Amino acid sequence: MKFDHFARRKLKSHVVTVLAGLTVVAVLYPLIDIIYTAFVHGGAVLFQLMFLTSRNPTPCSAISCATVGIAPDIEGTVAMVGIAALISVPIGVLAAIFASEYRTRGIGRVVSFTADVLSGVPSILMGAFIYGYLVLVNPSLIETAYTGGVALAAIMIPIVTRTTEEALRTVPNSTREAAIALGISKWKMTLRIVLTSALPGVVTGVLLGVMRAAGEAAPLIVTVGFSNLPINSVSTLNGPAGSLPVLIYLFAQSPYSNWLSLAWGAVLFLLIAVLIVNVLSRYMIHRLSAKMAGAG
Amino acid sequence: MPETKLRVEHLTAYYGGKPAISDISLDFPDRKVTAIIGPSGCGKSTLVRCLNRLHETGPFTNVEGQVLLDNEDIYQLDPVRIRRRIGMVFQKPNPFVTMSIYENVSAAMRFNGRHSREETDRAVTRSLQQSALWEEVKDRVDSPATSLSGGQQQRLCIARALAANPEVLLMDEPCSALDPIATAKIEELVRQLKENYTVIIVTHNMQQAARVADYTAFLYIGKLVEFGPTEQLFERPQDKLTESYITGRFG
Repeated sequence: MKFDHFARRKLKSHVVTVLAGLTVVAVLYPLIDIIYTAFVHGGAVLFQLMFLTSRNPTPCSAISCATVGIAPDIEGTVAMVGIAALISVPIGVLAAIFASEYRTRGIGRVVSFTADVLSGVPSILMGAFIYGYLVLVNPSLIETAYTGGVALAAIMIPIVTRTTEEALRTVPNSTREAAIALGISKWKMTLRIVLTSALPGVVTGVLLGVMRAAGEAAPLIVTVGFSNLPINSVSTLNGPAGSLPVLIYLFAQSPYSNWLSLAWGAVLFLLIAVLIVNVLSRYMIHRLSAKMAGAG
Repeated sequence: MPETKLRVEHLTAYYGGKPAISDISLDFPDRKVTAIIGPSGCGKSTLVRCLNRLHETGPFTNVEGQVLLDNEDIYQLDPVRIRRRIGMVFQKPNPFVTMSIYENVSAAMRFNGRHSREETDRAVTRSLQQSALWEEVKDRVDSPATSLSGGQQQRLCIARALAANPEVLLMDEPCSALDPIATAKIEELVRQLKENYTVIIVTHNMQQAARVADYTAFLYIGKLVEFGPTEQLFERPQDKLTESYITGRFG
């Protein structure tokens, strides 16, 4: 009887271990498969000469067709994500400060609740609303990189707000009390002591937002559409722009073989870029936290 | 009784609607060490946190009564300015973790107005010397504050408070997180600080009060039971409650 009980427990333990192992596979498999497939189809394209520096090719299905590059799409994505970051980082960080540091007032809670709800709004809807706010008010803003940037900002703001708020919450209250007791004014304490202490978390939030925005196609399809024109000066921002996700979306459903390969190349490029940003940010955050902990 | 630096009059402080201390009146003498003793939860911390208006920064708090610093009610003045005149050291060392030793000590000067580099350097050196940390850190003031031991961190916090050049120093159980050697250093420090500062120290340790304080106040369930010269309070307590507390019959 006693032995039976023990054996059953052991069996249960084994079953759970196997199940846990399977979930690990379930999580890892898609990522590995995505990277593998992207390499198989996009590897040769990505390392082609001029892939990162040339414009999109004209459609063509013959073997001799050139694939050439995704330069305008990289430029468009960088420009629009940049605009989005410029708008969303100050707004998101300030909203987070308000939500976390002025929590005793009910409105702070309203801010974090709103950010939660906003982050659940489908991105295509967000794009449609930005289109409504900007283009319907000022029709000349249709199909400009600015409008796309604002649409991406609307997606980034809740992400930056929530992660920054979480980061600010991890700063112990004793730090705030130390600053208050020194007669440091509230805004200086918040910006120069609390926010600095929460910096690794804030950086994470910003990068999460950037990576999310860099991969969004829906809001850009609604607001900017697509273009093969270079984005190489401030004035070109006032015109249509391409972007990597929209390029992938459009070219992947085209019948032309060179456009299909180009889309695979763009997939691989976007994947690698996001991975690099991810790894770099983790390294940076690790360094920042280590410096703060004094571990050196 | 020497001149009064800080006078508390009919002070009642609420926490979540309930009074944590009620109707306390007390005169803290100038350039002396006054200890506040009493069992856990008697309102010692609340009392000192009312003296630099820190209590009101918490949620659901309220303060009634007066606290007079040099005969001026601090509750009628700008709390930020008051806190520059009344410094505080907390129960657990709370250095700014993102800052170096130098940056911690100079925090008040750097954030509260313009000071020349020389002026700041002098204040940092002076404060670290006053808090008996200088000899241990003079060669590494730029290393992170978190590289110090717990006792050193607490002395760093004392230096940080002193660098703001306060008139009164509040210490809320400053040794409760420290070992006996670090505690002895802080106590020695407290005895020296009274030459220049009015020190108010909360402690749950009666021996500590007896060792460092000129005056002692005994609080029980939010009320001031007895206040007087330390020697008198410990040797000839006027109140039965004080007597049973200091003889260890409760608390």
